[in-house]
Amino acid sequence: MAHEATMPPVAGGHDDHEHHESPVVFGFWVYLMTDCILFGTLFAAFATLRHQYAGGPSGKEIFELGGVALETAILLLSSITFGFGALAAHAQKKGAFLGWLGITFLLGLSFVGLELREFTHMIAEGNGPDRSAFLSAFFTLVATHGLHVSTGLIWILVVMVQSLGGGAGPPRVMSKLTCLSLFWHFLDIVWICVFTFVYLLSVI
Amino acid sequence: MSHASSSAGHDVHGESHGSFGSYLVGFVISVVLTAAAFAAVMMHAMSPGVTIGVISALAVVQIFVHVIYFLHMNGSSAQAWNRICFFFAVGCCLIIVFGVLFVMHDTSMNMMSR
Repeated sequence: MAHEATMPPVAGGHDDHEHHESPVVFGFWVYLMTDCILFGTLFAAFATLRHQYAGGPSGKEIFELGGVALETAILLLSSITFGFGALAAHAQKKGAFLGWLGITFLLGLSFVGLELREFTHMIAEGNGPDRSAFLSAFFTLVATHGLHVSTGLIWILVVMVQSLGGGAGPPRVMSKLTCLSLFWHFLDIVWICVFTFVYLLSVI
Repeated sequence: MSHASSSAGHDVHGESHGSFGSYLVGFVISVVLTAAAFAAVMMHAMSPGVTIGVISALAVVQIFVHVIYFLHMNGSSAQAWNRICFFFAVGCCLIIVFGVLFVMHDTSMNMMSR
Protein backbone atom coordinates (compact mmCIF):
# COMPACT_ATOMS: atom_id res chain seq x y z
CA MET A 1 0.00 0.00 0.00
CA ALA A 2 2.99 2.25 -0.52
CA HIS A 3 1.19 4.31 -3.15
CA GLU A 4 -1.49 5.21 -0.65
CA ALA A 5 1.02 7.05 1.46
CA THR A 6 0.67 9.89 -1.05
CA MET A 7 -3.07 10.06 -0.47
CA PRO A 8 -3.35 13.05 1.89
CA PRO A 9 -1.88 15.65 -0.51
CA VAL A 10 -4.06 14.30 -3.32
CA ALA A 11 -7.20 14.36 -1.21
CA GLY A 12 -6.61 17.83 0.17
CA GLY A 13 -4.61 19.33 -2.63
CA HIS A 14 -6.12 22.80 -2.34
CA ASP A 15 -4.85 25.18 0.29
CA ASP A 16 -8.12 25.91 2.06
CA HIS A 17 -8.86 22.28 2.90
CA GLU A 18 -8.62 23.08 6.58
CA HIS A 19 -11.69 25.27 6.41
CA HIS A 20 -14.09 22.87 4.70
CA GLU A 21 -14.59 19.15 4.93
CA SER A 22 -15.49 17.22 1.81
CA PRO A 23 -18.90 18.25 0.37
CA VAL A 24 -19.92 14.59 0.29
CA VAL A 25 -19.46 14.25 4.04
CA PHE A 26 -21.24 17.53 4.73
CA GLY A 27 -24.14 16.50 2.47
CA PHE A 28 -24.40 13.24 4.34
CA TRP A 29 -24.37 15.13 7.62
CA VAL A 30 -27.38 17.16 6.41
CA TYR A 31 -29.14 13.90 5.47
CA LEU A 32 -28.52 12.60 8.99
CA MET A 33 -30.10 15.72 10.44
CA THR A 34 -33.25 15.12 8.34
CA ASP A 35 -33.21 11.53 9.62
CA CYS A 36 -33.05 13.01 13.11
CA ILE A 37 -36.31 14.87 12.41
CA LEU A 38 -37.88 11.65 11.07
CA PHE A 39 -37.12 9.96 14.38
CA GLY A 40 -38.32 13.08 16.22
CA THR A 41 -41.77 12.70 14.64
CA LEU A 42 -41.88 8.99 15.50
CA PHE A 43 -40.90 9.76 19.10
CA ALA A 44 -43.61 12.42 19.22
CA ALA A 45 -46.17 9.85 17.98
CA PHE A 46 -45.00 7.35 20.59
CA ALA A 47 -45.07 9.95 23.39
CA THR A 48 -48.66 10.79 22.47
CA LEU A 49 -49.88 7.19 22.29
CA ARG A 50 -47.85 5.57 25.07
CA HIS A 51 -50.86 5.21 27.38
CA GLN A 52 -53.41 4.15 24.72
CA TYR A 53 -53.44 0.45 25.60
CA ALA A 54 -56.96 -0.33 24.29
CA GLY A 55 -57.26 -3.01 26.97
CA GLY A 56 -53.98 -4.57 25.88
CA PRO A 57 -50.76 -4.89 27.85
CA SER A 58 -48.75 -1.92 29.09
CA GLY A 59 -45.03 -1.56 28.50
CA LYS A 60 -44.33 -2.59 32.07
CA GLU A 61 -45.94 -5.98 31.42
CA ILE A 62 -44.21 -6.88 28.15
CA PHE A 63 -40.77 -5.18 28.11
CA GLU A 64 -37.86 -7.27 29.36
CA LEU A 65 -35.15 -4.88 30.52
CA GLY A 66 -32.51 -7.60 30.54
CA GLY A 67 -32.79 -8.04 26.78
CA VAL A 68 -32.84 -4.29 26.25
CA ALA A 69 -29.69 -3.88 28.35
CA LEU A 70 -27.99 -6.57 26.24
CA GLU A 71 -29.02 -4.84 22.99
CA THR A 72 -27.77 -1.53 24.37
CA ALA A 73 -24.42 -3.05 25.37
CA ILE A 74 -24.01 -4.66 21.93
CA LEU A 75 -24.76 -1.44 20.06
CA LEU A 76 -22.46 0.61 22.31
CA LEU A 77 -19.67 -1.94 21.84
CA SER A 78 -20.20 -1.87 18.06
CA SER A 79 -19.75 1.92 18.14
CA ILE A 80 -16.26 1.67 19.59
CA THR A 81 -15.23 -1.27 17.38
CA PHE A 82 -16.32 0.76 14.36
CA GLY A 83 -14.31 3.70 15.69
CA PHE A 84 -11.21 1.50 15.96
CA GLY A 85 -11.85 0.27 12.40
CA ALA A 86 -12.02 3.84 11.13
CA LEU A 87 -8.77 4.68 12.94
CA ALA A 88 -7.12 1.62 11.37
CA ALA A 89 -8.31 2.80 7.95
CA HIS A 90 -6.84 6.26 8.52
CA ALA A 91 -3.58 4.58 9.54
CA GLN A 92 -3.72 2.54 6.27
CA LYS A 93 -3.82 -0.76 8.18
CA LYS A 94 -6.06 -2.81 5.92
CA GLY A 95 -6.05 -6.03 7.97
CA ALA A 96 -6.97 -4.32 11.23
CA PHE A 97 -9.61 -2.26 9.40
CA LEU A 98 -11.29 -5.37 7.96
CA GLY A 99 -11.07 -7.16 11.30
CA TRP A 100 -12.68 -4.35 13.29
CA LEU A 101 -15.39 -3.86 10.66
CA GLY A 102 -16.07 -7.60 10.67
CA ILE A 103 -16.52 -7.51 14.46
CA THR A 104 -18.80 -4.47 14.11
CA PHE A 105 -20.86 -6.32 11.51
CA LEU A 106 -21.30 -9.35 13.79
CA LEU A 107 -22.29 -7.12 16.73
CA GLY A 108 -24.82 -5.27 14.57
CA LEU A 109 -26.16 -8.57 13.25
CA SER A 110 -26.67 -9.91 16.77
CA PHE A 111 -28.44 -6.65 17.71
CA VAL A 112 -30.87 -7.05 14.80
CA GLY A 113 -31.27 -10.75 15.68
CA LEU A 114 -32.14 -9.95 19.31
CA GLU A 115 -34.61 -7.30 18.19
CA LEU A 116 -36.30 -9.68 15.73
CA ARG A 117 -36.50 -12.33 18.46
CA GLU A 118 -38.15 -9.78 20.78
CA PHE A 119 -40.62 -8.79 18.04
CA THR A 120 -41.57 -12.36 17.09
CA HIS A 121 -41.95 -13.21 20.78
CA MET A 122 -44.33 -10.27 21.29
CA ILE A 123 -46.33 -11.02 18.14
CA ALA A 124 -46.61 -14.71 19.08
CA GLU A 125 -48.16 -13.69 22.40
CA GLY A 126 -50.78 -11.61 20.59
CA ASN A 127 -49.06 -8.30 21.34
CA GLY A 128 -48.33 -7.37 17.74
CA PRO A 129 -48.53 -3.88 16.25
CA ASP A 130 -52.27 -4.31 15.65
CA ARG A 131 -53.05 -4.86 19.36
CA SER A 132 -53.15 -1.22 20.51
CA ALA A 133 -52.07 2.28 19.51
CA PHE A 134 -49.27 2.01 22.06
CA LEU A 135 -47.91 -1.11 20.35
CA SER A 136 -48.38 0.37 16.85
CA ALA A 137 -46.28 3.38 17.83
CA PHE A 138 -43.74 1.14 19.57
CA PHE A 139 -43.27 -1.17 16.58
CA THR A 140 -43.10 1.72 14.10
CA LEU A 141 -40.43 3.55 16.09
CA VAL A 142 -38.24 0.60 17.08
CA ALA A 143 -38.56 -1.18 13.72
CA THR A 144 -37.57 2.02 11.87
CA HIS A 145 -34.41 2.10 13.97
CA GLY A 146 -33.86 -1.61 13.31
CA LEU A 147 -34.29 -1.01 9.57
CA HIS A 148 -31.61 1.69 9.73
CA VAL A 149 -29.25 -0.71 11.53
CA SER A 150 -29.93 -3.39 8.88
CA THR A 151 -29.13 -0.84 6.14
CA GLY A 152 -25.93 -0.02 8.02
CA LEU A 153 -25.02 -3.72 8.05
CA ILE A 154 -25.38 -3.98 4.26
CA TRP A 155 -23.35 -0.80 3.90
CA ILE A 156 -20.57 -2.21 6.12
CA LEU A 157 -20.37 -5.28 3.87
CA VAL A 158 -20.23 -3.08 0.76
CA VAL A 159 -17.41 -0.94 2.18
CA MET A 160 -15.49 -4.07 3.22
CA VAL A 161 -15.80 -5.59 -0.25
CA GLN A 162 -14.86 -2.31 -1.93
CA SER A 163 -11.75 -1.94 0.19
CA LEU A 164 -10.80 -5.55 -0.66
CA GLY A 165 -10.93 -4.91 -4.36
CA GLY A 166 -9.26 -1.53 -4.18
CA GLY A 167 -10.87 -0.54 -7.46
CA ALA A 168 -12.12 2.83 -6.28
CA GLY A 169 -9.56 5.46 -5.40
CA PRO A 170 -8.62 5.67 -1.71
CA PRO A 171 -10.08 9.20 -1.23
CA ARG A 172 -13.48 8.01 -2.41
CA VAL A 173 -13.37 4.98 -0.10
CA MET A 174 -12.33 7.18 2.81
CA SER A 175 -15.17 9.67 2.36
CA LYS A 176 -17.63 6.75 2.08
CA LEU A 177 -16.18 5.32 5.27
CA THR A 178 -16.56 8.68 7.03
CA CYS A 179 -20.24 8.80 5.98
CA LEU A 180 -20.81 5.24 7.19
CA SER A 181 -19.07 6.08 10.46
CA LEU A 182 -21.38 9.07 11.01
CA PHE A 183 -24.40 6.89 10.15
CA TRP A 184 -23.42 4.11 12.55
CA HIS A 185 -22.70 6.45 15.48
CA PHE A 186 -25.89 8.40 14.76
CA LEU A 187 -27.94 5.18 15.10
CA ASP A 188 -26.41 4.64 18.52
CA ILE A 189 -27.58 8.13 19.53
CA VAL A 190 -31.12 7.29 18.37
CA TRP A 191 -30.91 4.10 20.43
CA ILE A 192 -30.06 6.17 23.56
CA CYS A 193 -33.43 7.90 23.11
CA VAL A 194 -35.16 4.56 22.42
CA PHE A 195 -33.95 2.76 25.53
CA THR A 196 -34.50 5.84 27.70
CA PHE A 197 -37.82 7.18 26.49
CA VAL A 198 -39.43 3.97 25.22
CA TYR A 199 -38.23 1.10 27.40
CA LEU A 200 -37.08 2.66 30.69
CA LEU A 201 -39.84 5.27 30.80
CA SER A 202 -42.52 2.61 30.22
CA VAL A 203 -41.18 0.41 33.00
CA ILE A 204 -40.98 3.10 35.71
CA MET B 1 -11.62 19.30 25.25
CA SER B 2 -8.09 17.97 24.97
CA HIS B 3 -9.40 15.58 22.31
CA ALA B 4 -10.43 18.43 20.01
CA SER B 5 -7.05 20.12 20.17
CA SER B 6 -5.05 16.90 19.82
CA SER B 7 -7.00 15.64 16.82
CA ALA B 8 -6.80 18.97 15.03
CA GLY B 9 -3.09 18.45 14.46
CA HIS B 10 -3.24 15.37 12.27
CA ASP B 11 -6.42 15.73 10.27
CA VAL B 12 -6.47 14.93 6.61
CA HIS B 13 -9.64 16.39 5.18
CA GLY B 14 -10.14 19.18 7.70
CA GLU B 15 -12.42 16.86 9.63
CA SER B 16 -11.19 15.22 12.80
CA HIS B 17 -11.51 11.50 13.33
CA GLY B 18 -10.45 11.09 16.94
CA SER B 19 -7.89 8.73 18.44
CA PHE B 20 -7.90 5.48 20.37
CA GLY B 21 -7.83 7.50 23.57
CA SER B 22 -10.80 9.71 22.71
CA TYR B 23 -12.87 6.69 21.59
CA LEU B 24 -12.06 4.89 24.85
CA VAL B 25 -12.92 7.95 26.96
CA GLY B 26 -16.24 8.36 25.15
CA PHE B 27 -16.98 4.65 25.47
CA VAL B 28 -16.26 4.55 29.22
CA ILE B 29 -18.39 7.64 29.90
CA SER B 30 -21.24 6.15 27.81
CA VAL B 31 -21.08 2.84 29.66
CA VAL B 32 -21.24 4.63 33.03
CA LEU B 33 -24.17 6.82 31.93
CA THR B 34 -26.08 3.86 30.43
CA ALA B 35 -25.52 1.70 33.52
CA ALA B 36 -26.64 4.60 35.74
CA ALA B 37 -29.88 4.99 33.74
CA PHE B 38 -30.70 1.26 33.93
CA ALA B 39 -29.77 1.15 37.64
CA ALA B 40 -31.96 4.16 38.42
CA VAL B 41 -34.97 2.36 36.94
CA MET B 42 -34.27 -1.20 38.07
CA MET B 43 -33.42 -0.38 41.71
CA HIS B 44 -36.66 1.57 42.33
CA ALA B 45 -34.73 3.76 44.76
CA MET B 46 -36.38 7.04 43.70
CA SER B 47 -39.92 8.25 43.16
CA PRO B 48 -41.21 7.88 39.56
CA GLY B 49 -41.07 11.63 38.94
CA VAL B 50 -37.46 11.93 40.09
CA THR B 51 -36.48 8.81 38.13
CA ILE B 52 -37.93 10.28 34.92
CA GLY B 53 -35.93 13.47 35.47
CA VAL B 54 -32.74 11.55 36.20
CA ILE B 55 -32.87 9.22 33.17
CA SER B 56 -33.83 12.12 30.86
CA ALA B 57 -30.83 14.12 32.08
CA LEU B 58 -28.55 11.07 31.68
CA ALA B 59 -29.81 10.60 28.09
CA VAL B 60 -29.15 14.24 27.16
CA VAL B 61 -25.64 14.09 28.62
CA GLN B 62 -24.93 10.81 26.81
CA ILE B 63 -26.15 12.24 23.49
CA PHE B 64 -23.63 15.08 23.80
CA VAL B 65 -20.88 12.62 24.80
CA HIS B 66 -21.59 10.61 21.63
CA VAL B 67 -21.73 13.71 19.44
CA ILE B 68 -18.38 14.97 20.74
CA TYR B 69 -16.42 11.71 21.04
CA PHE B 70 -17.94 9.56 18.25
CA LEU B 71 -19.33 12.06 15.72
CA HIS B 72 -16.32 14.34 16.41
CA MET B 73 -18.31 17.55 16.43
CA ASN B 74 -16.19 20.33 17.89
CA GLY B 75 -15.98 24.10 18.07
CA SER B 76 -13.72 24.55 15.04
CA SER B 77 -14.63 27.00 12.30
CA ALA B 78 -14.45 24.13 9.77
CA GLN B 79 -17.57 22.64 11.34
CA ALA B 80 -19.65 25.80 11.63
CA TRP B 81 -22.25 24.56 9.13
CA ASN B 82 -22.36 21.11 10.74
CA ARG B 83 -23.12 22.77 14.07
CA ILE B 84 -25.81 25.00 12.56
CA CYS B 85 -27.50 21.98 10.93
CA PHE B 86 -27.22 19.98 14.13
CA PHE B 87 -28.78 22.59 16.39
CA PHE B 88 -31.46 23.38 13.80
CA ALA B 89 -32.42 19.69 13.65
CA VAL B 90 -32.39 19.40 17.44
CA GLY B 91 -34.59 22.49 17.64
CA CYS B 92 -37.01 21.00 15.08
CA CYS B 93 -37.21 17.77 17.07
CA LEU B 94 -37.89 19.62 20.32
CA ILE B 95 -40.65 21.70 18.68
CA ILE B 96 -42.22 18.57 17.17
CA VAL B 97 -42.08 16.49 20.35
CA PHE B 98 -43.11 19.13 22.87
CA GLY B 99 -45.54 20.78 20.44
CA VAL B 100 -47.32 17.47 19.84
CA LEU B 101 -47.38 16.65 23.56
CA PHE B 102 -48.77 20.12 24.38
CA VAL B 103 -51.47 20.00 21.70
CA MET B 104 -52.54 16.44 22.48
CA HIS B 105 -52.56 17.10 26.22
CA ASP B 106 -54.79 20.13 25.76
CA THR B 107 -57.01 18.17 23.39
CA SER B 108 -57.53 15.32 25.82
CA MET B 109 -58.16 17.75 28.67
CA ASN B 110 -60.77 19.71 26.72
CA MET B 111 -62.40 16.60 25.28
CA MET B 112 -62.64 15.15 28.80
CA SER B 113 -61.25 11.88 27.44
CA ARG B 114 -59.22 11.26 30.58
